Amino acid sequence: MSDSSSQSPPDVSTVKDRRPLIALTWLWVGAPLAYGLYELIRKATQLFTG
Amino acid sequence: MSPPIAPVGWSRWLVPPAALSIHLSIGQAYGWSVFKPPLEDALGLSGTQSALPFQLGIVMLGLSAAFGGTLVERRGPRWAMTVALVCFSSGFLLSALGAATQQFWLIVLGYGFVGGIGLGIGYISPVSTLIKWFPDRPGMATGIAIMGFGGGALIASPWSAQMLESFGSDSKGIALAFLVHGLSYAVFMLLGVLLVRVPRPRTEEQRANGSPAPAAGPQVSARQALRTPQFWLLWVVLCMNVTAGIGILEKAAPMITDFFAGTSTPVSVTAAAGFVALLSAANMAGRIGWSSTSDLIGRKNIYRVYLGAGTLMYALIALVGDSSKPLFVLCALVILSFYGGGFATIPAYLKDLFGTYQVGAIHGRLLTAWSTAGVLGPLIVNWIADRQEEAGKDGADLYGTSLLIMMGLLVIGFVANELVRPVHPSHHLGDVTAQKGAPDVRQQQSESA
Repeated sequence: MSDSSSQSPPDVSTVKDRRPLIALTWLWVGAPLAYGLYELIRKATQLFTG
Repeated sequence: MSPPIAPVGWSRWLVPPAALSIHLSIGQAYGWSVFKPPLEDALGLSGTQSALPFQLGIVMLGLSAAFGGTLVERRGPRWAMTVALVCFSSGFLLSALGAATQQFWLIVLGYGFVGGIGLGIGYISPVSTLIKWFPDRPGMATGIAIMGFGGGALIASPWSAQMLESFGSDSKGIALAFLVHGLSYAVFMLLGVLLVRVPRPRTEEQRANGSPAPAAGPQVSARQALRTPQFWLLWVVLCMNVTAGIGILEKAAPMITDFFAGTSTPVSVTAAAGFVALLSAANMAGRIGWSSTSDLIGRKNIYRVYLGAGTLMYALIALVGDSSKPLFVLCALVILSFYGGGFATIPAYLKDLFGTYQVGAIHGRLLTAWSTAGVLGPLIVNWIADRQEEAGKDGADLYGTSLLIMMGLLVIGFVANELVRPVHPSHHLGDVTAQKGAPDVRQQQSESA
């Protein structure tokens, strides 16, 4: 997950490290999705236990 | 508002979370049913009336995606996401006012009309951008976003139910729940608005060097796409695939109960609810799984699988579905995964045929197939089940005709997919127009660390 954008070969020292931002943004959308999936799995198990 | 161009070092992996923040929010629409019983009690509404905000919302989704697509292409993803945020959130705020003052028309206007515009513009807002960032994996990229739309209901349903339990199910409690929804979704969607970036256009120097653009290939405008048989063939493919999926989704709980009613392993109401939840999981998994697979085996082939294998699954349910519960469940799960996959793969199929030039706008117009299927699917299954019941049939026999019709629809879709050919060059835009805005993703990718 490291493809980055640049017009010409960038100077490595001037390119910001985006990994913390990537982690934070994926956590932002991943956390509620994980909650939804947890609730879904809890309900789906009723097919086998209900 | 000009399209936000990615700065040096911007990662394309920041674009899917931007798309997801929008799709996970607007996917709440499928969780509307949580509000129905409290609204009916608090405002004295019938079931049909309480469904109105949702129905109008879906109609507005189709209309705004179809008619707003070109504007979205012109103004860019940040503008579109801002419109989606404002409309979707203010729809909830208007609904809160409607619930607090017991004015149901305000809820219909807010959630259905205003919020529905947010649904349509939000749905298509990231598609074009994602395809431009991931020309090597367009199926996976759009699959992530469109999976989010399925995931939105998974989040909203338990969350909204919990909120109503805490605030109360009277009009004040509902108003407060709507208010919290509006504000929360505004904050959540803001990430998408702030984060989304379009790849930078290729420079004159790069064009002069003959560096091939990732968007090279056929480029067709949205207006011109409507004049091609390919657009209408894909319209039929999507409509048939969605209708067949909705056929199962709409009657999932009563269907599994009826199929095994007279057997030694009857299905309880609780277990049927678990089955419905499992179908939602298959729908979501199909969106990302099958769509990503299409990058490897090709769009035409994946639709052969959706429509061909889907027909076989329906045949298995019709022939031996009531003899084995695991087989019934497995076939239904596969059908629902194809249903989700069909939604998620269509933008990449459009990109293959029409290019990236106005793929978002073309996708918006194609979503009218979804609206049509949304009416057709439930209508067929419910109408036939009612007629069969009147004829004194029960159990699996209630669904025999519906299953046959679904198989027929999938065969029509299969044939339509087989007829799809590359778009005739006479529909293509001139090279200059098409390549002018071509992004420099290839160059950007080669510099990845």
